[in-house]
Amino acid sequence: MISFSSVVKRYPGGQEALKGVSFSVEQGEFAFIAGHSGAGKSTLLKLIPAIERPSAGAVVVNGQNVGTLKRSALPYLRRNLGLVFQDQKLLYDRSVYENVMLPLAFGELGGREAARRARAALEKVGLLAREKANPIQLSGGEQQRLAIARAVVNRPSILIADEPTANLDAESAAAILEIFAAFNQVGVTVLVATHDEALIGRFAKRVLRLSGGGLVE
Amino acid sequence: MKPWLRQHRQAIAAAFGKLAAQRSAAVLNALVIGIALSLPAGGYALLSSLRSVLQGALLEPQISVFLRAEAKRADADALGARLKNDARVRDARFVSREQALKELQAAEGLGEVVASLSRNPLPDAFVVRPKSADAGDLEALARELRANPAVAHVQVDSAWARRLGALAGTARLAIALLAALLAFGLVAITFNTIRLQILTQRAEIEISKLIGATDAFIRRPFFYLGALQGLAGGLVALGILWASLAALNLGVAELAASYGSSFRLAFLEPGDALAVALFSGCLGWLGAYLSVSKYLLEIEPK
Repeated sequence: MISFSSVVKRYPGGQEALKGVSFSVEQGEFAFIAGHSGAGKSTLLKLIPAIERPSAGAVVVNGQNVGTLKRSALPYLRRNLGLVFQDQKLLYDRSVYENVMLPLAFGELGGREAARRARAALEKVGLLAREKANPIQLSGGEQQRLAIARAVVNRPSILIADEPTANLDAESAAAILEIFAAFNQVGVTVLVATHDEALIGRFAKRVLRLSGGGLVE
Repeated sequence: MKPWLRQHRQAIAAAFGKLAAQRSAAVLNALVIGIALSLPAGGYALLSSLRSVLQGALLEPQISVFLRAEAKRADADALGARLKNDARVRDARFVSREQALKELQAAEGLGEVVASLSRNPLPDAFVVRPKSADAGDLEALARELRANPAVAHVQVDSAWARRLGALAGTARLAIALLAALLAFGLVAITFNTIRLQILTQRAEIEISKLIGATDAFIRRPFFYLGALQGLAGGLVALGILWASLAALNLGVAELAASYGSSFRLAFLEPGDALAVALFSGCLGWLGAYLSVSKYLLEIEPK
């Protein structure tokens, strides 16, 4: 489902963020990308939705080599991926409900079905009661749950999260990971980048450990 | 509803929403565009009003043939018969000196002057309508008539209309150039407005791209916004033009009445008015297209 083959990512200036990384994640698998700050976790995750392109090697997602995809094909790749970021990337001039509706606006669903999907996604993350609130009124953990609701509303086959618990207390972080685990149980492939070893220890899942741009275990 | 139709509806609603959210800026932009467009539109309306007057004069050239004061009625009859048989003449109307004096007396403000005259100073005359409007043909006919010993003066009445026609042609060209320049200005205004909108919505665009929005989906509301802004400017221009013509017509009516005319400056024909509004909308769309093409590509998720 996700396959990295000898992937190198070199930024302008010559800095190598990834040095020949190879691994694959099967459909329905849950894996952590672990490592210290600067190890290359974010770069690795950005290669999957083609936010960054590999300098060498191949990144294959759902059978597509994303490194060679045309710009016009990227939206369709990204609609099959649920993306969650450390800074949530929410729209603070919209309500909670409108944030979740955003990915459905350019989809094929009719208005009624889209609204039903959005509310179902909010219910899954426990935010249905706050649908009319502005994201700014939510706590850090709630904002992250809102970001997850937006990421899953299109029912993606892969969920990718980059340090989703970095700004949260231990309890909220565990709650977020429980939500990811719940989606994984219904067949969604989950890839979570984190430097929180304690959190990784609480879940018996596969760990891909990065150090200095290379995979070490 | 089909997805593409729903997306267009959403984009239009979003464009209206943006206009409403920035009401003051939108009104100012529409005013700037409207004032700029009202200049060429006003020039066009003015020329259209004059065109009907000019066309009548240009299409029906006349030659006025004034006989000598000492010419006898027999000379007039002979010239009349010659004109009637001339293949180049459509018709020739004889205006006797008595009839001419009556017409002069009937003219406003001249009755008393005419009454004070001791004798009729006006000559007998013919008003000749030639078949050809060609300047060369007219001049040849006038030359022949001048050679007649009973004729004192020949005036080709179409000459002034031709000069006016040439002047109108130059004015039309000037208006077209002005319209082109101002259209460029309109595109520039919309370009800048949309650029600012794109910068304001940078975060939203980035997020939309991240979660799978196509470029077309992101571009669409900006296109509608540009077109709406242009359209609003076009409507303002028509409003300014209508009000200006109404005000000008107060003076024009008085002036025309003194010449015995009911001439008025006419507002644009419905088709022309629609064309102004649509053209303005298209220019707004073009400004938005250029702006979006330049700036949207620069925004990529990080």
